[in-house]
Amino acid sequence: MEELLKTPLHQEHIELKARMSPFAGFDMPVLYTSIIEEHLAVREKAGIFDISHMGEIEIRGRDALSFTDYLVTNSLMKMKDGDVKYSPLCYPDGGQLDDLFIYKIKDDFVLLVVNASPDYSLKDFEWICRHQGEFEVEITNKSADYGDLAVQGPNSEELMGPLVKLEEDVPLQQLRRFKSKYGELLGKKILISRTGYTGEDGFEIYSEAQDTVDIWNGILEAGKKFGIMPCGLGARDTTRFEVGYWLYGNEIDETVNPLESGQGWTVKFDKDKFIGKEALLKVKEKGISRNLVGLYVPRGRIPRHNMEVRNKGGNIGYITSGNYCPSLKKVYAMALLDLPYTEKGSKVNVVIGNKEVEAEVVDLPFLKPVNKR
Amino acid sequence: MDPKTLRFTGEHEWIEAGKTGAKVGLSDYAQEELSDIVYVEFPPIGKKVAKGETLVILESVKATSEVYAPVNGEVTNVNNDLEQNPQKINDDPYGEGWLVEMEISDPAQLSELMDDHAYQDYLKQEELN
Repeated sequence: MEELLKTPLHQEHIELKARMSPFAGFDMPVLYTSIIEEHLAVREKAGIFDISHMGEIEIRGRDALSFTDYLVTNSLMKMKDGDVKYSPLCYPDGGQLDDLFIYKIKDDFVLLVVNASPDYSLKDFEWICRHQGEFEVEITNKSADYGDLAVQGPNSEELMGPLVKLEEDVPLQQLRRFKSKYGELLGKKILISRTGYTGEDGFEIYSEAQDTVDIWNGILEAGKKFGIMPCGLGARDTTRFEVGYWLYGNEIDETVNPLESGQGWTVKFDKDKFIGKEALLKVKEKGISRNLVGLYVPRGRIPRHNMEVRNKGGNIGYITSGNYCPSLKKVYAMALLDLPYTEKGSKVNVVIGNKEVEAEVVDLPFLKPVNKR
Repeated sequence: MDPKTLRFTGEHEWIEAGKTGAKVGLSDYAQEELSDIVYVEFPPIGKKVAKGETLVILESVKATSEVYAPVNGEVTNVNNDLEQNPQKINDDPYGEGWLVEMEISDPAQLSELMDDHAYQDYLKQEELN
């Protein structure tokens, strides 16, 4: 087996006695004390996550924005400096190579934050380079150079406000959702955005890898009085799952197009061209044949990724994710089901071991993200 | 219950053998490994199990895990309290978090299991690997 990659915070996790586990080629903390406790800290107080395994690709040059706009399904041309947007990155057949966050730093500088991979985002990087064509851009894979943290939870603003000094002396409170700005934290240069993967208010903080340890420890120290907990990938997964956010490799992959996964709002057909447009237009005209739904599982075991879903014994799809939801104290799942079974209230069965467990189609998300509550 | 009176398997089950029957549970190390147990699936009472066969299935927030029969025998009782309070396995793995009671059909198998001292050594070896 190849050696696992380590984030700049690896030693901090060991000292905090985190339970470490391989994830996307990195040796990552799954939990420090308990996934449920960490989950509830994020929902009720504050949690800090090491997300340095995520990759960063910089696109610089005159065509930075138009080139990125061509790569992704979402529409970027009207983004203002500092805006952050979510988008799938599709193959020509409409399947998804990745989903990512796009930071428009300025007209000639776009930062892409992509999912972790064992080779520091090589798949995304090579794909992007291969499509450069006539676009006047310089593409750099900076995945190993950035350290990334997320501070999430209702206390995030109060905790982070005094620590962060933004450019132009803008108070952090004025940084709105899906906006980013450069600044300083404990004397270290950072890019900070009001974004996150938990459905709570919060920030994501990018720094040079060598500064990440100091920033992490500084936030943990200042966060004590706000009830901050270090949170692992376990709580990262349960918080995103409750609010119905997609996880690449679970809900979406190269076989799932964004129109059938509930990401249709990110596909902008009014754009002149983008990779995957023709294929996705055909899907739109013909209509989707399956759709991502929520399932409530009243009793029995927990549905997990890739388990079969049946109706009257026949296969109708598969579970993408399933778990106990700590804030709702109930078991839910997400599933990609054939269209006739996606009506709210439909009863289906999940095959778990040698049993079929009953489930009912319900609305997504199970818990509304804070900006929609 | 004092872990020093228990016998352990390499799969992290414990068993306490009494005169009439035995109680089986999950070791402290294993509950901590699993963490946040939220669902327990018991075998039917009366089920005959062979050593190493699946006895109980546990769902934690982190993963699904199987508990194996430490010895041959028959299930005589299950800890129904855990259906409402599965976290008791995490809170008190050697006490209120016990899983099943069984009648042992081959008591000689007990001597093949580890005592607490041997189990602690075994855990140290596991950590090193």
